[in-house]
Amino acid sequence: MSGRSTADGRADRSPALTDAAAGARTTAPILLGVVPFGLVAGVTAVEAGMSPVQAVAMSVVVFAGASQLAAIELVGDTAPVAVIVATALVINLRFVMYSASIAPYLRRLGAPARWVSAYVLTDQAYAVSLAEFRETAPGERSRLWYYLGSALSLWVTWQVATAVGAVAGAAVPAGLSLEFAVPLTFLALLVPAVEDRHTAAVAAVSGVVGVGAAVLPFDLGIVTAGAVGVAVGVALDLRTGAFPVTGDGEPMGDGGRERETDDAAGERGGERR
Amino acid sequence: MTTGHDPTTVWLVIVAAGVGTLALRLSFVLLVGRVESVPPAVGGVLRFVPAAVLSALVVPAVVALSLDPAGLAFEPAKVVAAAVAAVVAWRTESVLATIAVGMATLWTLQAVALV
Repeated sequence: MSGRSTADGRADRSPALTDAAAGARTTAPILLGVVPFGLVAGVTAVEAGMSPVQAVAMSVVVFAGASQLAAIELVGDTAPVAVIVATALVINLRFVMYSASIAPYLRRLGAPARWVSAYVLTDQAYAVSLAEFRETAPGERSRLWYYLGSALSLWVTWQVATAVGAVAGAAVPAGLSLEFAVPLTFLALLVPAVEDRHTAAVAAVSGVVGVGAAVLPFDLGIVTAGAVGVAVGVALDLRTGAFPVTGDGEPMGDGGRERETDDAAGERGGERR
Repeated sequence: MTTGHDPTTVWLVIVAAGVGTLALRLSFVLLVGRVESVPPAVGGVLRFVPAAVLSALVVPAVVALSLDPAGLAFEPAKVVAAAVAAVVAWRTESVLATIAVGMATLWTLQAVALV
């Protein structure tokens, strides 16, 4: 997908395509990490008793990996519908943060462009695009097309990977402990989310509460542990006077900017600590 | 691990989670113009969501409470594999490398234990 866009972009006469190709090109290395994530989503959905069509439909309709994996696990446990949906939405609350952060760049667009842009909003597209928006002037390149180039390359990769996983899922031999790839995926996302002492404390508290809360009825463990963790984080920020202004004193900047720096840095990682 | 929900219920889950997720994504993209920016208090709360929910997903998958005998139940191979994967995630921040090294570690330890 990104390869084709790149070729189009080089050959073309349309600035929109050039800008979309630039977004896709920057996103290309990230796609490598999305493939196994999507495969796992497809395989585990089928293992949980969902049909391959439902597995792919979930990727199209929800299009948010971490929440999908959590929902799939709860579907497999036959958790109550309200708990499954609530868990997925709690995990996706971070999109409100991204939505707020990217909205100023989309404000001149009409409703259809806004709806499409929101639908394809992901951690990765957000991080890649925000980094670009901060570096380039509005006139330099179409922000919408750059963003869509990034977001749509992620979208296509996610759908294809889920579909392959869903179809291959039945053929994957048992005993490979492939279900362990799910917490490993979350772990890979968790580590960059721990960006300072308070988020580290939140992760520690949520992990411990999560273990204890796993015995709660109706599979309410994740929602409970998440809520306790967030409450602890807010309490810590309040105590140090950091709330509601985050980390480096810029409202709303901390979480988004850190993440964006990380993703833009690609595989370089680690030097922040 | 196979669901007891019927297909209609699974479809309901998919649609409800999808509509809710789209609403979260649309929130400020649609509000902008009416609201200048996210209220600082909302941002202050939301910044902890990723660390909280992701940790709540990871840790219970590796360690579980056990009632009989009372204490913690875990597979040592999974704990070691998760620890190795955490280091890889920290150094590389790559999902691919984290999954690959974590699974390879788990399989190696399981194979050794079987011998």
